[in-house]
Amino acid sequence: MNIFERILEDPVRFKKVKKIFYISLILMALIEVAIVYVFHLGHGYFWFEGIPAFGSIYGFISCALIIIVSKFLGHHWLMKKEDYYD
Amino acid sequence: MIEWIHPGVFLIIGALLIPLFKGRLKQVYLVALPTAALIGCILTSQGTHGVIHFLGYDLTFGRVDRLSLLFSYVFSIMGIIGIVYALHVKDDAQHISAMVYVGSALGVTFAGDLFVLFIFWEFMAFSAALLVFLRKSKEAVRAGFRYLLVHTFSGVCLLGGIIIHLSQTGSIAFNSMMNYEGGIAFYLILLSFMINAAVPPFGAWLPDAYPEATVTGAVFMTAYTTKSAVYVLIRGFAGTELLIWMGAIMAIYGVVYAVLENDCRRLLAYHIISQVGYMVCGVGIGTEMALNGSASHAFAHILYKGLLFMGAGAVLEMTGKRKLTELGGIYKTMPITMVLYMIGGFSISAVPLFSGFVSKSMVVSAAGESHMMIPFLMLTLASAGTFLSTGLKLPYYMFFGKDSGIRVKEPPLNMLIAMGMASFICIFIGVFPGSLYSLLPFPVHYTSYTPQHVMSALGILGFTALGFFMLLRQLDPEPTTSIDTDWFYRKGAKVFMWLANKPVARFEYNVVGEAYEFVVRKPILGIAHLLRVFDTNAVDGTVNGVGRMIVASSMIMRVIQSGQVQHYAIIMALGIFAIVALIILL
Repeated sequence: MNIFERILEDPVRFKKVKKIFYISLILMALIEVAIVYVFHLGHGYFWFEGIPAFGSIYGFISCALIIIVSKFLGHHWLMKKEDYYD
Repeated sequence: MIEWIHPGVFLIIGALLIPLFKGRLKQVYLVALPTAALIGCILTSQGTHGVIHFLGYDLTFGRVDRLSLLFSYVFSIMGIIGIVYALHVKDDAQHISAMVYVGSALGVTFAGDLFVLFIFWEFMAFSAALLVFLRKSKEAVRAGFRYLLVHTFSGVCLLGGIIIHLSQTGSIAFNSMMNYEGGIAFYLILLSFMINAAVPPFGAWLPDAYPEATVTGAVFMTAYTTKSAVYVLIRGFAGTELLIWMGAIMAIYGVVYAVLENDCRRLLAYHIISQVGYMVCGVGIGTEMALNGSASHAFAHILYKGLLFMGAGAVLEMTGKRKLTELGGIYKTMPITMVLYMIGGFSISAVPLFSGFVSKSMVVSAAGESHMMIPFLMLTLASAGTFLSTGLKLPYYMFFGKDSGIRVKEPPLNMLIAMGMASFICIFIGVFPGSLYSLLPFPVHYTSYTPQHVMSALGILGFTALGFFMLLRQLDPEPTTSIDTDWFYRKGAKVFMWLANKPVARFEYNVVGEAYEFVVRKPILGIAHLLRVFDTNAVDGTVNGVGRMIVASSMIMRVIQSGQVQHYAIIMALGIFAIVALIILL
């Protein structure tokens, strides 16, 4: 058993990993807001970069958009059976 | 005293001697070839070397400046890593074509004029096609021919562009083409470069050919063809506005297909298209910062993409499986491969402290600095998609996910060492970006590690991961293939063959054949008959008549030509006498 197996196969440890993941997400979003509005560090190139936690929001929207639009295109147009060209 | 040896020569000439070595010595020799090339590149001083006067033109084999040196370094480093990865392969042909391929990429890098560029351009196409053929399966041979077809077309475009350019300007020098913007030569050469850079709709050859190449050959292929195209684009087409949009579209195009893909190496191939999109976009923006970004991203990309292909190749080599639907749970027995793959995955996803972060952000920031809002948003969106597919989807379904029950060992040691070398450089560049920045063509006034930058990158990545786990079921790979623009020539060829076999052949047999009988064959026979009659009566008669006349006159001549000197002397004397008489009397 390697270290990854010990973490992922044990339900208790796995739950802990999940918890750390969610907490760090919230922390990241908060720090992202704080850097711009509390510490006034750095400036963006465009107005929308001033939206609080723009990176986090845009990342989430991008991810969802890419999955949904790609799969839609795939199922209705691009994806064919594996022997399509044979 | 030889002033300069082209580093590519070590590889191209050296490759031919590979079959002479055996066992351990061969392995040493194989690693020595790209190492010698790297040392050659490092020792090369800036300036113009290797100019050969040929047929009235100066062919420049060594145009050495900061830009060509940067690419030559990474090309030779990747050559070393690639050959270490391939050391266990027993097939000499693969080693030879790989080394010739790397050597010709160096040839393209140092080419100072368009002729030399063209020569190495063709060399690259053929040696890379061999890496596909040498997998020897039916699919590989077919894909190899398609690869060759596309790249021969690209070569023809390049040659056509060069000849038109030469006839218009009288020069074969390869510098910025921006003064000739709008001309046919400009667009032909640009088209050729765009085909090799896999810019859609001309990029379908890439995900078609790379997954069919040999395990080790694919690692080489990921590095050279597209990135040498990026290099020549930087040289010739910096500031071409079209490229900004093509690049931004490309970045998203690759991401969309990667979401649909089930074949590991095909998914990674689509992410080459996506990543090269950043570089092409940078070339289009054309500012010093953008070109620095393109060049540095090419440098970082070659190494992490090689690493990703090595990881997927190691899984393919050990399990024999290439589809995500058939893999899963193998992290239990291949943890080292998994960790090394993830270093590549983090690098391509631009996680801070990995190489992609310091290079990709430069291109995106250049778009911001030039106030290009839409490209900026498109590239940022694509970077979320990059992490989604290469950093999350692929490793999840390949190494974790539903346990496929496959239990295989780690790959051979040389493969792990090669992956370790690439991982080391990926992290090194990420931690010490100055080491890469100091090699860039223009002075760098840019810091990637600002608090806002780092946090915004982490935000994008973190919430992409959240989206991934929330929509996980949507993303399950499906055993399908996706149609791309290669559809036109793959299905197109079928339509062409059907047309040739069915309607055209039938038309030919029933209509053209019959018509031929009446319109061509019969009249020709009739005319031939007439000609024969004319021939026997008129032509033969004339010829025979001439013959008879000659026989008769030669009978007379025979009497005169007695062969005795006295007779000739008398005739000459009579002749002279007659001439003198004529002169006096007249």
